[in-house]
Amino acid sequence: MHAPASAIAGEEVTISTNGSGKATFYLLGPGVSRKSDVSLGSEVQLKAQDLQNAGEYFAFLCSDTCRSSSFYVTAAKPASLTFLVHPSRVPVGQGDAVSGVALPFDQFRNLVLTPETVNFHLLEGTASVFSRSSQTRDGIAWFRTASQKSAGTLQVDASLGDLSARRAVQQVASDPCNLRIKGERTKAGILVQTEPVRDCAGNPVPDGTIVSFTATDGNGRSTVDAPIKQGVARAQLEAPGATVISVASGVAMGNELRIGAQP
Amino acid sequence: MKFTLPIILVAVTAGLMTLALFGAGHSSGTVGIAAGSAVFSTKASTPEQGLNNLLADVQRRNWDRAYSALSTTSAGDRQSFIQDWTGSDGSLRSFSSLEGFQARPLHATNDDAQMRVRLHWTTPVGPIEDVRDFHLIREGGTWKVAWPKMQISSVPAQIIPVTYLRWDLVSGSGSDEWGSKNVDAPHVRIISMNAVDSAEGAVVMGEVVNEDTIPAFVNVNAALVDGAGKAIDDESSFDKIDHVLLPKQVTPYRIDFPNINLKNVKNVRMDVKATLVPASADPVIGVMNQKVVSDVQGKSILQGDLMNESGQTVNIPHVIASFYDNNGKVIWVSDGYVNRALLPQSGQPFAVEIPKSLAGKVQSFHVVVNQYSLVRS
Repeated sequence: MHAPASAIAGEEVTISTNGSGKATFYLLGPGVSRKSDVSLGSEVQLKAQDLQNAGEYFAFLCSDTCRSSSFYVTAAKPASLTFLVHPSRVPVGQGDAVSGVALPFDQFRNLVLTPETVNFHLLEGTASVFSRSSQTRDGIAWFRTASQKSAGTLQVDASLGDLSARRAVQQVASDPCNLRIKGERTKAGILVQTEPVRDCAGNPVPDGTIVSFTATDGNGRSTVDAPIKQGVARAQLEAPGATVISVASGVAMGNELRIGAQP
Repeated sequence: MKFTLPIILVAVTAGLMTLALFGAGHSSGTVGIAAGSAVFSTKASTPEQGLNNLLADVQRRNWDRAYSALSTTSAGDRQSFIQDWTGSDGSLRSFSSLEGFQARPLHATNDDAQMRVRLHWTTPVGPIEDVRDFHLIREGGTWKVAWPKMQISSVPAQIIPVTYLRWDLVSGSGSDEWGSKNVDAPHVRIISMNAVDSAEGAVVMGEVVNEDTIPAFVNVNAALVDGAGKAIDDESSFDKIDHVLLPKQVTPYRIDFPNINLKNVKNVRMDVKATLVPASADPVIGVMNQKVVSDVQGKSILQGDLMNESGQTVNIPHVIASFYDNNGKVIWVSDGYVNRALLPQSGQPFAVEIPKSLAGKVQSFHVVVNQYSLVRS
């Protein structure tokens, strides 16, 4: 029995036999087992659907005694590209914060282990910010890069021949920087609000981020956790006496405001 | 002869009913204390009986008799009297029932008396105890409660502009390809943890922060492990946490392990789970005039006023407070539900208790307000 040393997934294979008389043929492979009666001296045709899974196959031919042969089925040409990008959200200006892994698969979902060239391309809006060609090694190509300086959506593309996959990474502002507040007395108390809240690179901190205002006067302490809306956070505090107001968001502290007692 | 057994059964049943009606209220009484019961005396010849009559009618929701039996010096109308007991605006009180009470005289003369009552309420969030003082006056030989005028929040008609914030999750369209629908869970972190023994058992507490830019639904779990590495018990923070955290928001958490002593615990395994949820940035609730004081019973409490700065009614406000020692370590977490609804642009007082043994160590505190609104749910 003579089997080819290797074959391609989804393609027919012919195994030749010697001798005469009847025999039983067995095929064992990844997810496949088959038994058939054959005539020795003729060829055994292995159909394409029997060889869809990449891996090592064993052929056995038994008459008086059994003979065996093995061959390896490799993946066919790439038919799809799986692309994993991490993370889906990342603060701006972080080194080696964005990574992507591309894995080419053939039409039968076998990982293509032969080296292929994958092109990675990162776009901010329409501006290209990163481009790299990388050869797959053991079926995997990857990249790692820093997040950009400005907040917004980072489009990440991977392509291999005419195959492509696209992912999006949301680049978000870092912690607030130079948090500043101003306030004034109103009929209802003290209306205090931040200046537009930005990170150290000047990106607006996302709306919804909590800013904590604390007012301390002779009556005790008053606090309001207010979300940033349209770039600023504001709160109404009750403090009739001379009051010190402080502000914080996450790890960032802001300025202190001293407001005199209600006249 | 065939009628003997039914007659005996009827007689015994009637006897038991009579005994239950007239005997139960007095069985557990203590000298000077009127214990919780729903027994009505036709004539209240003592302050205890006068108060008992009122509370019995309140328990039975017999509002006509309860209101008509109030002292003529009472202030407030019938509607506000009923509303004070039954709640309104979907508040916690409107889902509660008066289960029992214990009254203790504070002072008494021939014509007036002051009584302090512990009211035991059953509520959807568990039993709640309320302490209230009542003033009673003797009118024509009958003791009656002088009902004070209640401050009921009312909100004038107005328009409050609100900038709505919301977060939408786009889960990706097209193929179900691997990696095409990945959105990271929110990043949350336990920033402090402390385990202590309390009278009821072991308590694990601390604080959690949402470090992400999206809202998170957070739950903290803890498992107590003994010296052999075997789990003794595991519990979650349940309602002693603000589950929905906006970006950069910090919440206290407390996990109770009833009847477990820390001396048997070698290790505590903490686990915080966060999932991405739709959330709203409103309503904003301010916590005003926070102060640690002693209440009328001599207990240390943190009290203050909640102020609803939004245009949406908060039906059931829930206050969670963390207390720190002089090293900034969380030494206790207390919580409490507010009985009254928080109407737009109005306030409600709150108080949470600090254990006596820790009151002297408290240097600072942080209060967050969890809220349940019927409109949203």
